[in-house]
Amino acid sequence: MPVTVKTFAAPTEAAAALNDRSARYIGGGTLLMRALNEGDVSIGTIVRLEDRLLTQVRTNGARITIGAGVTLSQILRERELSFLHAPARLIGGPAVRTAATVGGNLFAPAPYGDLAVALLALDATVSVMSGYGARDVALEEFLASRDRNPGALVLSVACDRPAAPETFRFRKVARVRPKGVSVLSIAASLPAVGGRVSNPRIAYGAMAPTAIRAKAAERALEGRTLDDSGVAGAVAAAAEGTSAVTDAIASAWYRREVVGVHLRRLLLGQGD
Amino acid sequence: MAKTPLQFRHNGREVAIFVDGGMSLLSALRDEVGDHSPKFGCGQGGCGACTVLIDGEPALSCITLAETVAGKLIETADGLKIGPELHPLQTAFMDSFAAQCGYCTPGMLMAAKALFDRNPDPTRVEVVEAISGNICRCTGYEPIINAILAAAARRSERRA
Repeated sequence: MPVTVKTFAAPTEAAAALNDRSARYIGGGTLLMRALNEGDVSIGTIVRLEDRLLTQVRTNGARITIGAGVTLSQILRERELSFLHAPARLIGGPAVRTAATVGGNLFAPAPYGDLAVALLALDATVSVMSGYGARDVALEEFLASRDRNPGALVLSVACDRPAAPETFRFRKVARVRPKGVSVLSIAASLPAVGGRVSNPRIAYGAMAPTAIRAKAAERALEGRTLDDSGVAGAVAAAAEGTSAVTDAIASAWYRREVVGVHLRRLLLGQGD
Repeated sequence: MAKTPLQFRHNGREVAIFVDGGMSLLSALRDEVGDHSPKFGCGQGGCGACTVLIDGEPALSCITLAETVAGKLIETADGLKIGPELHPLQTAFMDSFAAQCGYCTPGMLMAAKALFDRNPDPTRVEVVEAISGNICRCTGYEPIINAILAAAARRSERRA
């Protein structure tokens, strides 16, 4: 069934158009066009925004702001974003990465959305446009209310660059080589003071309907060293607070069973 | 519902068509332009059978909103041949038995062309990465990877 495509130049106009319940925003189209191809009749209007800011990456000291329309291919071309190269490279093939955007990844339902997992571990904030103007929301808060606000217009995502490359780690577990859909993914920000982990942030993908934090594992890791005995508590608490679902890729049981194994390997810096 | 006029360059030729709202680039190419080389596989962006190049970048035409390609360059497998000659990739696919049922072939060729245009001498790992979004249920991929590597080797032989 044909839909109406509306293209706007100003974020406020696009945000206003999204108040219509049948309107959906299109970024790269990997989620929306797929829904249309599947015959989703709830979509009446497609809203596009053509604003150059959407595709820009801006840095201010350690703070990096990534426009919502920046594609995964663009991330891989930006040296400033090298800390996001691992998750970006593990998503889709080259053709998916040409289209898929940073903003869109925040809306990808599990088991998709690996980039959001990395951004959650990096304590990113999301700039969301509404009728009242743009406001910054913590990504964690944004994800928690995401499915209740499908009309949210995301303008950009911002986070601090990791202090050192080894303090930020990402791992995606898939059944297909060189890559496939996530059984689960894990990202961890592991700042250390005097060799001990201080204020870690660990995030999972495919362990709940959206990316979530592994708060029990974070607490167990605080003040510990990244060795066998230091990570044992975090590994034991790895599945706490998760609500993995069963899908075509893996069962919820399997995901709960293996999350600790992969968290351990990530924390110890081991390969597959 | 009103149709929208759309112009773009298709395999070196200007085309002007009318598209329905929400129409995919794949439908526009097959139904309005008459180029049946990109295939409809999954309609979800998961199989790569519909891969085309948009301004030289590999893209999945089934999940590309047609209206977003206004003024852009679209290349499909139909435009690979050079006059009466097959493209070196097509010849290598033939020689290496890289096509069985053939449904994935146009997408594989375009994914490979996107790689070649940027990197004329790819490694095996780079070839595997380039076609990692394209599914083939017949060949087990080996003949396809070998064909792409053979086409690259032949090209560098000619340059030497």
